[in-house]
Amino acid sequence: MTALPLESKPGTASPPGATWRLLRGANVADRIYKGILTTLALGLPLFLIVLVTQLVVSAWPSIRRFGFSFLWNSVWDPVAGVFGAAPMVFGTIASAFLALLMAVPLALGVAIFLTEFAPKWVRQPVAFLVELLAAIPSVVYGLWGIFVLIPFLRSHVVPPLRAVLGWTPFFSGVFYGNSLLAGSIILAIMIVPYIAAVSREILLAVPGTQREAALGMGATRWEAVWTAVVPYGRAGLLGAVILGLGRALGETMAVTMLIGNRHDIGLSVLQPAYTMAAAIANEFSEATTSLYLSALFEVGLLLFVITVLVNALARILIWRVARGTAAGSRAL
Amino acid sequence: MISLRVRRRFVSGLMTTLVGLLSGLAVLALVLILGHLVAKGASSLNLDFFIKNPVPAGQSGGGVANAIVGTGIIVGVAALMGLPVGIGTGLYLAEYGSGRLGWIVRFVADVLNGTPSIVVAIFAWTWLVKPMGHFSAFAGSVALAVLMVPMIARTTEEMVRLVPHSLREAALALGYPRWRTSLRIVARTALAGIVTGCLVGVARIAGETAPLLFTSLGNLNFSTSIAHPMQTLSLQIYTYATGPFEDWHRMAWAAALVLMGLVLILALAARWATRRGHGAAR
Amino acid sequence: MAQPADAPAPLEAVRLTALFGRRAVVKDVSVRFAARTVTAVIGPSGCGKSTFLRCLNRMHELSDSGWVTGKVLLDGHDIYDTGVDPVQLRRRIGMVFQRPTPFPTMSIYDNVAAGLRVNGRRSRSELDEVVERSLHQAALWDEVKDRLRASALSLSGGQQQRLCVARALAPEPEVLLLDEPTASLDPGGTQRIEELCHELKTRYTIVIVTHNLQQAGRVSDYTGFFYLGEMVEIARTEVLFTKPAKEQTEAYITGRFG
Repeated sequence: MTALPLESKPGTASPPGATWRLLRGANVADRIYKGILTTLALGLPLFLIVLVTQLVVSAWPSIRRFGFSFLWNSVWDPVAGVFGAAPMVFGTIASAFLALLMAVPLALGVAIFLTEFAPKWVRQPVAFLVELLAAIPSVVYGLWGIFVLIPFLRSHVVPPLRAVLGWTPFFSGVFYGNSLLAGSIILAIMIVPYIAAVSREILLAVPGTQREAALGMGATRWEAVWTAVVPYGRAGLLGAVILGLGRALGETMAVTMLIGNRHDIGLSVLQPAYTMAAAIANEFSEATTSLYLSALFEVGLLLFVITVLVNALARILIWRVARGTAAGSRAL
Repeated sequence: MISLRVRRRFVSGLMTTLVGLLSGLAVLALVLILGHLVAKGASSLNLDFFIKNPVPAGQSGGGVANAIVGTGIIVGVAALMGLPVGIGTGLYLAEYGSGRLGWIVRFVADVLNGTPSIVVAIFAWTWLVKPMGHFSAFAGSVALAVLMVPMIARTTEEMVRLVPHSLREAALALGYPRWRTSLRIVARTALAGIVTGCLVGVARIAGETAPLLFTSLGNLNFSTSIAHPMQTLSLQIYTYATGPFEDWHRMAWAAALVLMGLVLILALAARWATRRGHGAAR
Repeated sequence: MAQPADAPAPLEAVRLTALFGRRAVVKDVSVRFAARTVTAVIGPSGCGKSTFLRCLNRMHELSDSGWVTGKVLLDGHDIYDTGVDPVQLRRRIGMVFQRPTPFPTMSIYDNVAAGLRVNGRRSRSELDEVVERSLHQAALWDEVKDRLRASALSLSGGQQQRLCVARALAPEPEVLLLDEPTASLDPGGTQRIEELCHELKTRYTIVIVTHNLQQAGRVSDYTGFFYLGEMVEIARTEVLFTKPAKEQTEAYITGRFG
């Protein structure tokens, strides 16, 4: 029972001292709590600083030795101690670009279908299934790629492609299976769920009035979507695509299992290629000299910087349309 | 001469069908992958597969017991390290994160979320393998924990922010100190969502291979020592799929099926946790 | 600008000014709240009524850039004095908000007991007794006595609001602050809460902010008209409604603005 009387009689002051010694004591717990949380949170920025510093320090011998020629030299010779990352840079960009070419229509189609056209009962299951694609581990994609995709390409896709387009430089050469094409296709499948999820949130963030205005003017359902809703969210959609790009740049396992792992720059998608992530995964354990190791660290640093810039760009674009929604952070 | 109106309606119908087809294509890809996993892997799933260790290369038989246990240990240790730090960071961001430090932490978390896991792998190698002189499961766990923390931090923050401000106020007005409001009232209300985020995070790292390549390395024998190399399902799949033996390929499919099963269980548990939470805290 | 001059005043604001940064939303308000009375604070939206209320239990300073000058005297002691712990202070003043806010992860029993548990009082028998008494006072006991362990969310909106009242009453505060407590309730729920005010004022000093002039008329002994951050006029309710002293008061009451 409280010590305070419930009625205050006229003329009586409150019991002195007792409850008015309201101490600052409780503040200590608050401060400890905040301190613990702040310490934990500080771990992240500290880690980033250490990570970047570490990468630079480890890459330094290679940076100092090769300078900018690292980026356009296509000779990668561990024995002679000459390292040029051009083939893997090319392969990274080429595979990502090709993957986007295939993934974007698919992902946008899924997003538009789910937000604009799908009947309610279809929405949840299809969305869940597409999300499930994102849950499949990279190495499982690689496994499927080696034993299902590549044989399929070899028997049903490449022969017609070569028959029709074999005269172009893009489809020349012998197809051994592991190739830029295989790597790009698997990347495409892998990034579809990310682009689709973010695009969906972007489209949902477009005000309904846009669609209604278009329909009110006599547009067909498709026209309303294509000419009113999509353009309104185009910055965010671009952001979603760039997000997918960021993901594709960093993919390692599936790519190294399918792309051929060869330091070669070539225009033909049927030829083996290399990406930065795949190169590190493949060669890090084999790096015998310290310069070799350093070169691989430089590749890692390069990859890190590129992915950070691409992701930052993506987030700025997404943030403009769908401010602070969950998609931006969740999809990363 | 088809009228413009009819043509436009035709295009609309066509495009509707097209996006439906594209979605079907995406679902088809999923079905193909999961289907092959089951078709090619299910037949190898016998008791031996789960309780035996790999046999010498070239021989047939054996199982992936070491990988299953290894996955459990490495992911478990990683979660032990990563979940508290991640949740704590998330709570910080939700509770005190409106200032400049909060902005920085959030920005860094987003940057780290997009970092390729192979980069984290070489970092972990430098700090935990090279100085120790040998590979270890612990180094792998650290690499995985590092990947987990920014993920968990952001989802925790998001879930805690969903708790209505009025609830916090009601607790404060009742005389709850700030720390107790944050834990007992706010975080407790967001608990279902936080757990979901954690399960999703664990599912993600359970499937990772790249961070383990030069940290845990892999181990053909059964080992439970975190100071030594350890095998995981993901590493096993990689080794077997890229190896020369038919038997290895067969076992790779089976191991992939098991791994996918694990990931699916975690993903479904995450969904279930959300549904339960929504039931209680409408 | 006191009104009930001869009655003892458990709560009093003295030249209270509340600001957000540089902007004052409560300007130099002085008022005494007599013991065991209900004082309604009426006025158009956005004029600072709720902010004023939140100054009385030091909730205003929890808002971004919120701060206060002046005094608020609880039993003659300034709650804004240095050395006063706001957390403990808030345990002596109860507050009920616009929307019912039961703690969703707690049962009905635990909700009511929350204010006591946070104060360290844990003995089972003590809690049982206080929970029952508070639920009686909030006129909710009969409806929930058989399901004290059920989730608080299983109650209707009106019941949840009464639960919040019980929760606020359990620590036996000296003052009860009600911020538009019936705003989100249906007429039935509103009526129950208003009846509650009549019953509770025999034990507590109550300040109620309300948009609803009729409610103020039904429920309160004194009414204060708040406009643009100032307490324009405060008097016995019948007096304010029939013979307001200030023109602005009359304009508001007759519906000419607001």
